[in-house]
Amino acid sequence: MATNIAAGADTRLWNAEADEHDPISARTFGFWLYLLSDALIFAGLFASYAVLDNSFNAAGGPIAAQIVHPLEGLIQTFAVLGSVLSYSLATVAMKKGSRTGVIHGILGAIVLSGVFLGIGAHDLLGLIAQGDGPDRSGFLSIFFTLIVSHGLHMVFGILWMLVMLVQVARTGFNQDVVGRLLNLRLFWQFQASVWVCVYVYVYLLGGYN
Amino acid sequence: MLVNLQGPWSPLIGRLSLASIPYDNPILVTTFIIVALLGAVIVAAVLYYRKLPYLWREWITTVDHKKIGVMYIILGLVMLFRGFADGALIRTQQVMADGPDSTGVLGATHGFIPPFHFDQIYSAHGTLMLIFAATPLVAGLGNLIVPLQIGARDMAFPYLNATSFWLTASGAALVMISLFVGEFSSAAWVGLMPFSELPFNPGVGVDYWMWAIQISSIATTFNAINIIATIVKMRAPGMTWFRLPVFCWATLSTNIIGLTAFPILTVALTLLGADRYLGTHFFTVGMGGNFMLYVNLFWLWGHPEVYFLMLPAFGIFSEIIPTFSEKPLFGYLAMVGATFAIAGIGWVVWAHHFFTMGMGPGLNGYFSAATMLVGIPTGVKSFNWLFTMYRGRLTFATPMLWALCGLVLLLIGGLTGMMLAIPVINYTVHDSVFVVAHFHCMVLVIGAALFAAVTYWWPKVFGFKLDERNGQYFFWTFVIASLVLFGGMFALGFMGETRRLDYLYDPSWKPLLILEEAGIFLYFVSIYYFFKMLYVSLRDQVPAEADAWGTSRTLEWLTHTPVPFYNFAVTPQIHALDELAWRRSHGLEKAQPEQYVPIHLPNNTAIPVIIGALSFAFGFGLIWRIWWLAGFALLGMIVAVIIRSFDPNKGYILSAEDIAKMESNTGSASVIAEQPVRLPLSEVEAH
Repeated sequence: MATNIAAGADTRLWNAEADEHDPISARTFGFWLYLLSDALIFAGLFASYAVLDNSFNAAGGPIAAQIVHPLEGLIQTFAVLGSVLSYSLATVAMKKGSRTGVIHGILGAIVLSGVFLGIGAHDLLGLIAQGDGPDRSGFLSIFFTLIVSHGLHMVFGILWMLVMLVQVARTGFNQDVVGRLLNLRLFWQFQASVWVCVYVYVYLLGGYN
Repeated sequence: MLVNLQGPWSPLIGRLSLASIPYDNPILVTTFIIVALLGAVIVAAVLYYRKLPYLWREWITTVDHKKIGVMYIILGLVMLFRGFADGALIRTQQVMADGPDSTGVLGATHGFIPPFHFDQIYSAHGTLMLIFAATPLVAGLGNLIVPLQIGARDMAFPYLNATSFWLTASGAALVMISLFVGEFSSAAWVGLMPFSELPFNPGVGVDYWMWAIQISSIATTFNAINIIATIVKMRAPGMTWFRLPVFCWATLSTNIIGLTAFPILTVALTLLGADRYLGTHFFTVGMGGNFMLYVNLFWLWGHPEVYFLMLPAFGIFSEIIPTFSEKPLFGYLAMVGATFAIAGIGWVVWAHHFFTMGMGPGLNGYFSAATMLVGIPTGVKSFNWLFTMYRGRLTFATPMLWALCGLVLLLIGGLTGMMLAIPVINYTVHDSVFVVAHFHCMVLVIGAALFAAVTYWWPKVFGFKLDERNGQYFFWTFVIASLVLFGGMFALGFMGETRRLDYLYDPSWKPLLILEEAGIFLYFVSIYYFFKMLYVSLRDQVPAEADAWGTSRTLEWLTHTPVPFYNFAVTPQIHALDELAWRRSHGLEKAQPEQYVPIHLPNNTAIPVIIGALSFAFGFGLIWRIWWLAGFALLGMIVAVIIRSFDPNKGYILSAEDIAKMESNTGSASVIAEQPVRLPLSEVEAH
């Protein structure tokens, strides 16, 4: 409980130094809050997946075991985790102040996530081509939506990385650029964690059930 | 993948055609003429008085939390008025269309509104009142008051703040334009399922509803991030967690709800959108869809949303009652605990909105018990307010009257809510107007709190109080109107009237329907006094003190009235809960800083309003399936964000001499006064 302080002659009523808030800490905190809300979007999607993952929601179409490829998914998982590793190496380079290190790390992350997206797109397009698209059944609707939502996060992450490549090359490490690079790291690890959940929940549980 | 629509479509204008303009509907044409005239008068006045540069510089491109708060509140009040107009239409239709002998005019068999149009009116009424009136009002007050109460210069992310506002405004604009171009949803504000699906609702109405809410709910999520970060990171030195004013605690808990609940709404509406645009089967009746999934997702957001609106109301009462009782708030810690208890329980009661789903006695029992649990922290709060008033020196100024009225309505709404929490009763009165009367009592608590807050904090922003006499007339007519209207509605609920009827079959309901209509008449009288109150106050403009009510306790009353755009010339050091009361008790409330230091402030930016306009184009393009428009608007938004990230604008510095000058003439620094253009730092360095 707050206690009341007695006022004396030396009581300080104003504090001019108080204006100096740490902008990077506020930004990072704000970004954590954004990630929390984004995590709830995925919570909603996973809950919907749990509801629609029944044979009668497949409406005569395929169920998870018939369409997921856990081994292919494993390659995707390695690609996504490798991409996170590459980005983390970029932030290590940032600590050393090496612009080329950051640019190489980000380029590696983009290439590996491109591999991931390529395999995923090939998978989903194949399903659509054989008539098992998202409009086939309730189950396939949520299957596609969950995977595409994660993929869209990656696409926006790649776009963000491309912008950061230009900014690192042009302006170097000022407060704004460093703040953005740190938040992008959070974002990139977040989408990787979401993918791990998708892999376990959709690919492993669905494939070996 | 794209759904094949029935009816005409062209690549250039999508589903738009001349037939989309409802020029044959006399009610809408009249509304259009009124809106167009009002708009023309406002535009003409702005141009005649050459206020366009002022509006652009000081309001439209502003990042100042107070101005954004004021704009939120104006938006909320305008939408409140529009929502009330819809409510008046619903009531008038029902009183006219009661019994088989009732006659019809304007193309209706009974009453004056045909069924399809009536459905749109009640859908718009609910959507507007909750999403576009109450939510902006709550967001606006949070914006306006929280930084002042914690002694911050601005929100943590001023640019994001402006973006949130303009996205909300864009959602509201979509609802407004649905009046004159196309139609609004006929599937109620909750989006009745599977009725909201394309086969049953092939028009653009559901699309309008869906995209308007989608855009504004993203804005609410952003605003929640901003307010939480502000409270956590920007408090003045000495303001420990347990010196935080209760309104800030309430706003914090409310925005934690906003942050966690609104994404679920985003999911629900995205899945519905996938059904309507891409032909998926989330909520369809066949092909493996499950429409109860939608109902669960919707109320998983919907119930926390109710507390999202209610908790700030409780916070407002907790500020106003101590001020007008001249006593500190009773049980501060219990109040904070109860606030978070309500926020937490709010997450686990959603299924009481559809006990009739058939989830079985086990789950019904759980949701019933959890719902009743809300009564405990709410009771704690009510008794705390009563004990605050007990042996206080009470003054019945308008804000206090509103707060007391809120407590009475909370009692009525809360007790009927306890009745509805019992599944047996709930089965009986499900979808009757008893439920409608119950939740209107609850939202009127929010309404009372918002009117209380506007009256209470008005002088802080504008420098003069609202007229007391007309404020009290407004209060009494409003309260009597509410009791007459919803008293009648409770009774009709018991007599078996169900919700959302454009035609009532029982002529014996007529007397009570006329009573409800009398309530509507009284609401019109109260609106007259509201405007008279504004007119008289603006005419007289009696200057108010820094502590406008003389007995306020919290930090926002320490700075000048009207509040300068930099909030505090020097950030105050905090010594106690209720800092102003502490300073007053030590004779320090008039103390001023002896010297000033330069202040760093952000520059204005046009990017938020551009993003808002593009999001409107994006929504409009998707509603009418004009793909090129939606595509370009989305691209434009992404490009705008990227451009902003390359902007080296570092804000500007307000020098100590400037502050000293403005502090000696506080009117010149007020938020409504016009300020000279201040160059951003990067340009100053370049010179």
